Amino acid sequence: MTVMIRASDLTKVFGSNTAVDHVSFDVDEGEIFGFLGPNGAGKTTTTRMLTGVILPDAGTATVLGHDIRSDPVLAKQGFGVVPETSNAYTDLTAWQNLMLMGELYGLERTRAMQRSSDLLGMLGLFERKDQKVQAYSKGMKQRLILAMSLLHEPKLLFLDEPTSGLDVQSTQMILALLRDLNRQGTTIFLTTHNMEEANRLCHRVGIIRGGSIVAIDAPEKLKMAIERVHRIEVSFDREVPGDALEGIPGVTGVNRTGDKWQLTADNQYEVIRSLVAFSQQNAASIVTLNTLAPSLDDAFLRLTEVTGP
Amino acid sequence: MNPASFIEQVRRSWAIAKKDIRIYYFKGPVLIFGIFMPVFLFLAFLMGSRQLPLAFLVSGLVGMTLFFTATAVSPAIFPWEGQAKTLERLASCPITIEAIVFGDMTASILFGIGITLVTVVIGLALGLPLLHGITLLVAIFLAACCFSAIGMLLAVPPTNVPSNIMMLSSLIKFPLVFISGIFIPLDQMPPWGLGLAACSPLTYFTDLVRYSFTDAHFFPVPVDISALAVFTAAFTAVTMYLHKRTMPKRM
Repeated sequence: MTVMIRASDLTKVFGSNTAVDHVSFDVDEGEIFGFLGPNGAGKTTTTRMLTGVILPDAGTATVLGHDIRSDPVLAKQGFGVVPETSNAYTDLTAWQNLMLMGELYGLERTRAMQRSSDLLGMLGLFERKDQKVQAYSKGMKQRLILAMSLLHEPKLLFLDEPTSGLDVQSTQMILALLRDLNRQGTTIFLTTHNMEEANRLCHRVGIIRGGSIVAIDAPEKLKMAIERVHRIEVSFDREVPGDALEGIPGVTGVNRTGDKWQLTADNQYEVIRSLVAFSQQNAASIVTLNTLAPSLDDAFLRLTEVTGP
Repeated sequence: MNPASFIEQVRRSWAIAKKDIRIYYFKGPVLIFGIFMPVFLFLAFLMGSRQLPLAFLVSGLVGMTLFFTATAVSPAIFPWEGQAKTLERLASCPITIEAIVFGDMTASILFGIGITLVTVVIGLALGLPLLHGITLLVAIFLAACCFSAIGMLLAVPPTNVPSNIMMLSSLIKFPLVFISGIFIPLDQMPPWGLGLAACSPLTYFTDLVRYSFTDAHFFPVPVDISALAVFTAAFTAVTMYLHKRTMPKRM
């Protein structure tokens, strides 16, 4: 598996504040890697170091096999960047912005024109390609930035909060495009606050807190790693006493939530088998049965919570 | 294609220049500091110095116009782009900082040359003879490069507030105009004034313009051209070095 991004002990200090503190991780080819963390955790600073916008004070970053400090042009030629806030030239039209990007990435003009038309069409901006960007909505600007970052068909795409503050239509359009790009082989480095987005898109996530990485794993593994006690939600077609549920082997706690019961257990599989037996013995059919796995939100909050002195 | 090769970077810097021409030539501060300011300065000087010959006045106008126009665009581009976050877009593109600076300088040079040629045409229309056309063209080109490098040098402080840079720029540009033989002929200056004038590249350009129109000059022509070339090389090298150091601080 080819390593597309290798961060080794990346460190950035602003005055007396260590924004990023010896951060190390790899991102493999074809992955969607989510980079999560609370505000001020160092996500954007790390992304800026990886994309060569700012220089690290210590450590190294290799992107697409090129050291971002010693070979920045070769590294940048192979990736695209979608920052948190749109940075297209608002005094230029969408088309002029794309042509500028084409020239900055060394594309032949005919190729740049073809790609621009395709991308603007795909992102629903073709009809307004000759309008200055200052008249665009936030969603349109973000879609344009995505088009600008994809013009040269990068193997790697950095996205910093790409759907932050966007309407549902733009969000869905961008997420669908990211999935398609990944299916076609593009590696994606996604910085986001949106746990649901990360949960649904990412193969692995890295969680950063106070400038340091606290966990890197697949979302499902992270969720399970933080929760040893499992929760099961069950409802029956007739009233069942709580006492009876407490007596089921393996159940360690019972809570009523509306017309359902929430059970806690150390071994959820054993309790599910017991619940089925309980239902048959008491002639109470199970209407719903859900295992309540911890969400990525839970994992995130647990991993990023600040422990008291 | 090697994106890091010199030729490829020069091509990309031309894309930066074209973008600058589209966006910044018609911005208010550029028009005010680049065109209106030298015109009004010249008119004020013209009203108060009726006894000076037209050739002297027009030479001064040409010198002042190139100086103000070539230094009007370049100082403001980086702060404007830093403010609009477009500089971050450029910083993540496969183009070196030197190529970005060169592209900005190119836009500035073309703006300076374009407007200055208009003042030359005005001088010719007023009946001034052009005695050394090639020298004038070489001088305009060299001086435009030199002044745009000065403009970029003024933009080195990593502030993203354009008005701060425009203020600093005015603070440095106006004294230079007064010590460079535009309003007072070099041969009428006291020794300390001449010493100051020798430190200003504008002095050599103005001397060359006067030579082109009147055949009179204070310094030998090769000295004027060499001085401009040396100033250009030095300012360009220094501005590229300093921008490379300060660019990350703008992000």
